Amino acid sequence: MASKRFNALPGFGLTMGVTLFFLSAIVLLPFAGLVLRTLGLSWSEFWGLATTDRAMAAYRLTFGASLIAAVTNAIFGTLLAWVLVRYEFPGRRFIDAMVDFPFALPTAVAGLTLANLFSANGWLGRFLVPLGIEGAFTPLGVTLALTFVGLPFVVRTLQPVLEGLEREVEEVAATLGAGRLRTFASVIAPSLLPAILTGFAQAFARAIGEYGSVVFISSNKPFEGEIAPYLIMMRLEEFDYAGAIALAVVLLVFSFVLLIVINLLEQWASHFEH
Amino acid sequence: MSIELRNVTKQFGQVAAVSNVSFSVNEGELMALLGPSGGGKTTVLRMIAGLEVPTTGDIFIRGQRVNDLSVQERNIGFVFQNYALFKNMTVFKNIAFGLKIKKWKRADIKDRVHELLQLFGLEGLEKRYPHQLSGGQRQRVAIARALASKPSVLLLDEPFGAVDAKIRQELREWLVTLHHDLNVTTIFVTHDQEEALEVSNRIVIFSRGHLEQVGTPREVYETPANEFVARFIGVMNVLDAEVKGGVARVGELQFPAPGRRDGSKVRIGFRPYAVQISTDLTLYPYRAVLRHTFFLGIMLRLELELASGLILRSRMTKEEYAQLGLEDDREVSLQIRNFRILSSDTSALSPEQEVQHLMPPTIGEHI
Amino acid sequence: MSAPPSTTRRNQSQTHRQSRRGTEESPLVKWLLITVALSFCTVFLLLPLANVFVQALAKGWSFYVQSLTHPDSWAAIRLTLLVAAISVPINVVFGIAAAWCIAKFNFRGKSLLVTLIDLPFSVSPVVAGLMFVVLFGAQGFFGPWLEAHNIKIIFAVPGIVLATVFVTFPFVARELIPVMQATGTEQEQAALTLGASGWQTFWRVTLPSVKWGLIYGIILCNARAMGEFGAVSVVSGHITGLTDTMPLRVEKLYQEYNAPAAFAVASLLAVLALVTLGLKTLLEWKQARAYERALRDSR
Repeated sequence: MASKRFNALPGFGLTMGVTLFFLSAIVLLPFAGLVLRTLGLSWSEFWGLATTDRAMAAYRLTFGASLIAAVTNAIFGTLLAWVLVRYEFPGRRFIDAMVDFPFALPTAVAGLTLANLFSANGWLGRFLVPLGIEGAFTPLGVTLALTFVGLPFVVRTLQPVLEGLEREVEEVAATLGAGRLRTFASVIAPSLLPAILTGFAQAFARAIGEYGSVVFISSNKPFEGEIAPYLIMMRLEEFDYAGAIALAVVLLVFSFVLLIVINLLEQWASHFEH
Repeated sequence: MSIELRNVTKQFGQVAAVSNVSFSVNEGELMALLGPSGGGKTTVLRMIAGLEVPTTGDIFIRGQRVNDLSVQERNIGFVFQNYALFKNMTVFKNIAFGLKIKKWKRADIKDRVHELLQLFGLEGLEKRYPHQLSGGQRQRVAIARALASKPSVLLLDEPFGAVDAKIRQELREWLVTLHHDLNVTTIFVTHDQEEALEVSNRIVIFSRGHLEQVGTPREVYETPANEFVARFIGVMNVLDAEVKGGVARVGELQFPAPGRRDGSKVRIGFRPYAVQISTDLTLYPYRAVLRHTFFLGIMLRLELELASGLILRSRMTKEEYAQLGLEDDREVSLQIRNFRILSSDTSALSPEQEVQHLMPPTIGEHI
Repeated sequence: MSAPPSTTRRNQSQTHRQSRRGTEESPLVKWLLITVALSFCTVFLLLPLANVFVQALAKGWSFYVQSLTHPDSWAAIRLTLLVAAISVPINVVFGIAAAWCIAKFNFRGKSLLVTLIDLPFSVSPVVAGLMFVVLFGAQGFFGPWLEAHNIKIIFAVPGIVLATVFVTFPFVARELIPVMQATGTEQEQAALTLGASGWQTFWRVTLPSVKWGLIYGIILCNARAMGEFGAVSVVSGHITGLTDTMPLRVEKLYQEYNAPAAFAVASLLAVLALVTLGLKTLLEWKQARAYERALRDSR
């Protein structure tokens, strides 16, 4: 494409103006406000607020449950993507479309219905609770909700990669004597790994920020069922802005680190492509 | 006998990609499977490899029936058109892959890979990844990988399809040399007649799933089994004639056709070099006008129009042309030295235009 | 075709099964994988969906209708529609403007701009809400000024709209940029040489060629705008009948131990999700075709 100076198309100034206006008003200004307020705190103040016992318990639940949920999604998402791309079975197109359901369903509804499903008289809870598996109002429930909201990520990042795999590469491995499992481990899996990790990181990032679905299915008790976003909410209700901001900054920093990791992963993924 | 196919048929649903094909390949031979795209030649190659299963018929490798052997058990080397290198592995690991699977000792693997790197002119590239290689290097890695564990046969699918014209010629010569040095039975698929004629010991010609002819390059060029082969290998004049009194007639041309019924239709075929021309209008029996001269390197192709409107193609060298003092629109006399009455049983499927567009105009002129 | 003798057929199928082993999974492995994958989908996708409707109708139709027509629920539905009606058009205007300057022009800092536009996707909704409280809340930067001029943003509709626009910010732009890039600039330049004005070029050439991408972005944006919970929850103040959107209403009913009513309101949101999915699937098909066409044309 020609550089801006040589582009005959009109409207650059107008559209750039509109873009920058909205970006500043909706995104940059609020960020700036949060940064300014954070800078108003001394380091020890910030550290104290960000690392209270209750906050530490909330981080543990948030990161722990998010990690388990993301790992679950990496495993089952890979399996699901494989099955959807490689096999033909009745209902394949329907399931393929349904994978985006967690993106489309408001998180509040997801939390509501999952809490109900896993409660003692829910469809799944009535079998699981007697076995001692309590999904509702427990950390397990938090993990289940986070698995739900992160479900599409691995599947959707992996599907195009699987579709783009050359069947010839697998066939050549077979002609060289490799069995199916060996071919998967040494030829297919390495090509999928960057996409799986990207999807995993995206699901993890999403789970850490998630609020809506979790408040329905968690006990929300301090030290027990409180996720970090919920604790921010509690701080706000107590008008403890500084406390809320300190927690928010921790979450933000973590999100940005993950964002960078995701970008690096995507670069890595394109490394082997020509 | 290295490889033998007996009555092999492959159906994909209702469509027969390969029908009732039988041929054999001798130990150490360099064999071309030639035909237009969709002719079934790649399917045959894949069946030999075990990547496809014949619907009916048997395949033998070194006397052993391999229908029930999986790809892994057949000990073949296969090179795909796009090479299918393992992107996540270095050149060394690509070549070593099959050896590791076969549980070779580390030291043996190292020796064998280095031997191949040397043989293929790939020394110093062993730590590179496929995306850091040129097209020609990738192909050599693919062939080295296929040959690493000393397969009983090397199978190549359109080996020169993915490289540009300039390198293609080098690669052909290199493949011939390689085959000469290693003496491994090699079968390659191509749609390029010239390539098949130049590189192989023998050629199997396919069209629409049928085997049309098996023979040496010379045999298929000089004595094509039918019209399809005649037209596919090189340029041929083909005329529809009607028999009357033991003579096939088309326009003013007459060809002896003893033993043919009066009124029966035959097709007459002859190569351009069979058409002899003279500027002495009384020397040869037929009169024609030279309509166009095409310059094809040292060879020229001439398009001649007979009084009846029939168009014939002839060819000669520049020197002959100059000697005769020919030029466009010059009247000449001509004769047809030898011709064949084509058996057209299998070539009902191949209307003239379709065959012609598959055939680069220069093909045959080099021979 | 005549049927082959039965023995031949058995031999054939045996050959198939054995020799396919080389490049495909055995049928047993294949069906095992399918079963596990489908079970996972059933637990996490199908059962939660079905459960919404079954629970919503557990107390019968009349209770269901009553729950939805309750004045507070009805107010929540109206507010949700209002918020979407304001925030989606804002998003469209921004998205088209951003896609135009990013896809059709080259300038320094383009990738930074793209990153900044995507930023809201990596911020927790609760943190997003908090940012607006920090700006406009009673103790916020503009709080005193707003109070002096009697303007309410936090705990009022403007705050809900702002939070919604924030969380939906990248949707339309992110869908439009690749489509506009794929169509290139030749068509627009051709229109300009034919004497079309910039606006005419946009309306007659650019917009028709990206319309499916635009509609796709709008559908996703709308679903998120109507369903947003966390960010809106922070800024709304949960004033029943005034600042409760549908998702907040669901939460309130649930906390009031009125699960059937909560499910009734939730069922509307689930229908929204299904409609969104249906349209999305339909559009993906159309968009893929438009995209291919655009790629072909631009070559």
